[in-house]
Amino acid sequence: MKRRSLTLLLSAFTLTLAAGAATLAGAGAADTRPAGTAAVSRGEYLVRFGLCHDCHTPLKIGARGPEPDLARALSGHPSGVALPDAPAPAGPWLWGGAATNTAFWGPWGVSFTANLTPDEETGLGNWSEEQFVMALRTGRHEGKGRPILPPMPYQYVSSLSDEDLRAVFAYLRSLPPVHNKVPAPIDPAEEPAPATAEPSR
Amino acid sequence: MKPVRSARHAWSVARTVGLVGMLAAPFALQATSTAEQSDLLELPERLSQTGLFMTGAPAIDPRNRSYAPQYPLWTDGARKSRWVRLPSGGRIDARRADAWGFPVGTRFWKEFAFRGRRIETRMLWRSTPNTWTFAAYVWNDAQTDAVLAPADGVRDVVEIAPGKRHTVPSRDDCRTCHDTGATPVLGFTALQLSDDRDPAAPHGEALAPGMLTLRRLIDDHLLDPMDPRLAIERPHIPGDPDTRAALGYLTANCGYCHNERSDLATVQFPLSMPAFASPAELARTLSTLAPRSTKWDAPGSAPGTTPLVKPGSPELSALVARMRSRRPSSQMPPLGSSIVDTAGVELVSSWIAGRRF
Repeated sequence: MKRRSLTLLLSAFTLTLAAGAATLAGAGAADTRPAGTAAVSRGEYLVRFGLCHDCHTPLKIGARGPEPDLARALSGHPSGVALPDAPAPAGPWLWGGAATNTAFWGPWGVSFTANLTPDEETGLGNWSEEQFVMALRTGRHEGKGRPILPPMPYQYVSSLSDEDLRAVFAYLRSLPPVHNKVPAPIDPAEEPAPATAEPSR
Repeated sequence: MKPVRSARHAWSVARTVGLVGMLAAPFALQATSTAEQSDLLELPERLSQTGLFMTGAPAIDPRNRSYAPQYPLWTDGARKSRWVRLPSGGRIDARRADAWGFPVGTRFWKEFAFRGRRIETRMLWRSTPNTWTFAAYVWNDAQTDAVLAPADGVRDVVEIAPGKRHTVPSRDDCRTCHDTGATPVLGFTALQLSDDRDPAAPHGEALAPGMLTLRRLIDDHLLDPMDPRLAIERPHIPGDPDTRAALGYLTANCGYCHNERSDLATVQFPLSMPAFASPAELARTLSTLAPRSTKWDAPGSAPGTTPLVKPGSPELSALVARMRSRRPSSQMPPLGSSIVDTAGVELVSSWIAGRRF
């Protein structure tokens, strides 16, 4: 029963990602942006293959319904979208997401997809290539800080080589910067109970 | 269907495998095994092969000198033992008082014990002129030897308090703390080994006979060349006793990331004190803590309005709130601890409560 539930959950999420990817592929076909260096091109290919747009690119309503807003490509959860409090995880309903597909709730609290554009104040503009690679290797913000929260599949992305991760960074740095201050993650309501360790030494 | 026991347990599960990461587990494992293979070519399989023990006995080789930093890093109350060995004839280059250089072959070990049992021993090895190699060894049940941990570390090896378990860090996690400051060697510095030890340091350890101190290093001619101040002044954080203890604690527990050399975009203030701070440097450090907002927002606060330190009000200070938290996005330090250091929180809170800055 438990395994079946997990399979259904993962299948549903995979279908969601696949649908988003198909939408994006169609939108991307009209992209006339000049080709960059080989690394940038490789990075763009990996970003598309990795479905990064599905969560990091906001949606807009087009003629056929929601579609990626490529004018804000990879700029993360829109700062202007206010969300009510997320439900508390309970029982088998462990996690979920907002309709924007840029905000998610679960036992980790609430996470918002990051602004990956090179905006210096709100995006990756101040990040070094090394920090980016280490972040995806360690699953930590800037490679050293708080954990990168679910559902960001950093474990999957970390299977890329350093060269590929650097290519992804090169592509992200080639994007037009979008000023969009993504909210900080919200901690879960439950604070771990105080614990008593042996006398501190 | 088995219900989830608690949100905390569920977070632990999610953090361990990653919800979506489960889809990619085979890829991740493949990548890890390649990295491990590379490391295993260079690192001994067992702790007993690293030079820590005498041949044939799990007793410390007398060539390995023990030491105790005056401001210990909090690791959930672990009882720690530390040793260093320089290569034969090796000397420490101490021309820079706060960034000593160690000869190739230098090894540091730090043993972590909980509830009277040794759990892991970490090794920091100057393996080449340009490389520090990190390793962790997990002790066996018989407490006779320890085995090299995988590069990814080992989660939840032992319960250290109700609902809390100790995790052996990954090698990348080692670098998270050790690769951000002036030197990867954090607990073996002029300030930490000063013979003028701070009596108010939380969790301060008594010096055992034979332990290395700065004076002993100088007398044994192990610092060569060296900053001449080391021979005539005893490193000491200036200021009143509360300030000294608080800044010493913050230096050891926060300063490895929060320092002026850090390239982290989100590190906005230094919390690392040098061996010989002038009154001007002390004033500058304190000024960086004066009322200013942080990127971290207290629950219910408008973005950008939470002060890093609100003099006189520790309960409104982000510095204290994050020290008190073990929630994933707020806790500080962000790794290496799952239990709040109440003594450290009390010290820093009391200091902020009594200061005007």
